[in-house]
Amino acid sequence: MKWELVIDGKARSLELDECGAGRGAWELQLDRRRARADAREVEPGVYSLLIDGRSYEVKIESAGEGYCAAVNGRRYEIHARDPQRRQRGSAAGRSGRQKVASPMPGKVARVLVKEGDEIAAGQGVAVVEAMKMQNEVRSPKAGRVVSLRAAVGAPVAAGETLAEVE
Amino acid sequence: MFRKILIANRGEIAVRVIRACRELRVRSVAVFSEADRGARHVRMADEARAIGPSAPAESYLSIEKILQAARDAGAEAIHPGYGFLSENAEFARACQRAGLVFIGPGAEAMELMGSKTRARAAMKAAGVAVVPGAERPVSGLEEAKREARQCGYPVLVKAAAGGGGKGMRLVEAEEELPAALRDAASEAEASFGDPSIYLEKALQAPRHVEIQVLGDGRGRLIHLGERECSLQRRHQKIVEECPSPLVAAYPELRQAMGEAAVQAARAAGYSSAGTVEFLVDTDRRFYFLEMNTRLQVEHPVTELVTGVDLVQRQIRIAAGESLDLEQGQIEWRGAAIECRIYAEDPENNFFPSPGKIQQLEEPAGPGVRIDSGAYPGWTVPVEYDPLIAKLAVWAPERGQAIERLKRALAEYSITGIRTNLGFLCRILDSPEFRDGRLDTGFIGRWMSRAAPAAEIDEGEEQAAALAVALDSLSSRSASGSAAPEPASRWKLEGRLSLLR
Repeated sequence: MKWELVIDGKARSLELDECGAGRGAWELQLDRRRARADAREVEPGVYSLLIDGRSYEVKIESAGEGYCAAVNGRRYEIHARDPQRRQRGSAAGRSGRQKVASPMPGKVARVLVKEGDEIAAGQGVAVVEAMKMQNEVRSPKAGRVVSLRAAVGAPVAAGETLAEVE
Repeated sequence: MFRKILIANRGEIAVRVIRACRELRVRSVAVFSEADRGARHVRMADEARAIGPSAPAESYLSIEKILQAARDAGAEAIHPGYGFLSENAEFARACQRAGLVFIGPGAEAMELMGSKTRARAAMKAAGVAVVPGAERPVSGLEEAKREARQCGYPVLVKAAAGGGGKGMRLVEAEEELPAALRDAASEAEASFGDPSIYLEKALQAPRHVEIQVLGDGRGRLIHLGERECSLQRRHQKIVEECPSPLVAAYPELRQAMGEAAVQAARAAGYSSAGTVEFLVDTDRRFYFLEMNTRLQVEHPVTELVTGVDLVQRQIRIAAGESLDLEQGQIEWRGAAIECRIYAEDPENNFFPSPGKIQQLEEPAGPGVRIDSGAYPGWTVPVEYDPLIAKLAVWAPERGQAIERLKRALAEYSITGIRTNLGFLCRILDSPEFRDGRLDTGFIGRWMSRAAPAAEIDEGEEQAAALAVALDSLSSRSASGSAAPEPASRWKLEGRLSLLR
């Protein structure tokens, strides 16, 4: 089996062969580095891996569209390589509408723009309060505020759209 | 001794007080808002009472609801923890009127220390050095200009009723003064309901060193040495230790500061546990900053080094016991360091990161202490402070304590939310921290330097990639995966697309 991965922003390829079914023994190759591994899922989402005699414990979380894997206190962001999606993403960045989303759940404390305002990239759109702290959420691009959904006092979820900028 | 104590707080500090109660064989009563029904302090306490909606003003800050809960439960005393009502003199008086013992100092001492300008005047009168500046709020621009020239720029404009960096502005030159006065006053008004501001000299690269005091209100007042809390981000302490590396190098400082703190506490008529905060300049002169009239977040490092249980002492003093510790009996053994675990995302501007904790593994082993309000499956609420736990370690020497703390941080694992665990680990590696070269600008400087590229461990990378591949295989298998369910179809699609 072969995976095309992006690990911490770098394209990598992983090849994996099972040595006999269901024994947890694998041969793997990450780019040019080969190894033998013994794998157990010891707890839900927690893998104990013995790779060439070294013991690793990896904790897996889904993060956005991919995964976050924690090993020895260090986090690796890992997702599938998908050149098509990438292109669509960057095209949307240059033109068209873009959402300004709240990075965390909380409550809208202030709205800093009006519909129809011309705003600069990085300009504050709204202030979201969470855990007794006020956090300014900024626009990812310059443009006009076409749809303002943030209302003062309203609760917002993580990833919820506060406004759209065109 | 009391039979029953109500704890007017939540989270890790409520858990800490419950533990002290249990060891004293006192029944504990927790209070909880709607957001906290499943919180750890509610699960651990002997009794628990609902006190209303999640908004702090309608629950943990409501004097009326907390007193009602105490009466209903038949509690004899109230421990306020830190934050919330802990420094509210009106609450202390209301407890007294209701026939309940407030576990803390008297209301007068709380009031005196609550006003920064009154506290400065009282300390000066008691012969304790204060940061050069005014003892009265400024009345106008001309007066402010005169005072600023007197103490010399840069100066700090500070809220008289303030704390926590709110209503505070640094002024480098006279032309910046009018705007700073205006902004600080309006922020002070918004935060504390009092626009009074005053001026103080801004010290260069000061260290924040505080002294723990303990008094029984019957004439005995001692200090338990210092805590160095210079590692702060936006006036929020992150790492605290005892002994201070400065005191380790200049042992006479502990006695001098300890005596000044006792003098300060005595002048305020202080009883119970309290903390006198000082700034120490590069010439090792120290100046009174403020007094915190409550238990500090960072009290565990003092407990680890002196062996004195501060929470139990607070309770015993409130119950009428005399302090049976003399200054000469206090000894400082080894070194302790604490770090605060916050639900926040250091890689994303330190945005708060509330949400459900998926996995939680706490460190253990020699010299490790955890004070935590968290458990796996618990949802960190959005309404309250992001401090979810404290990790403190003890070792015979500071260098060993740093290694132990690093080891413990690496064992600590919290998934589902973001935390500052990795950030803390990196701070401990910086040569300045290792050498004990600390001041309150440390974190700001450290963060503004380009982070050194983390060493890539090829074995770790391989392990991470393998685990992700295996997890995506098991997620797809018909027998069903034990892995946490993706939160949305969007994520599920993302996961499956990993498999070619």
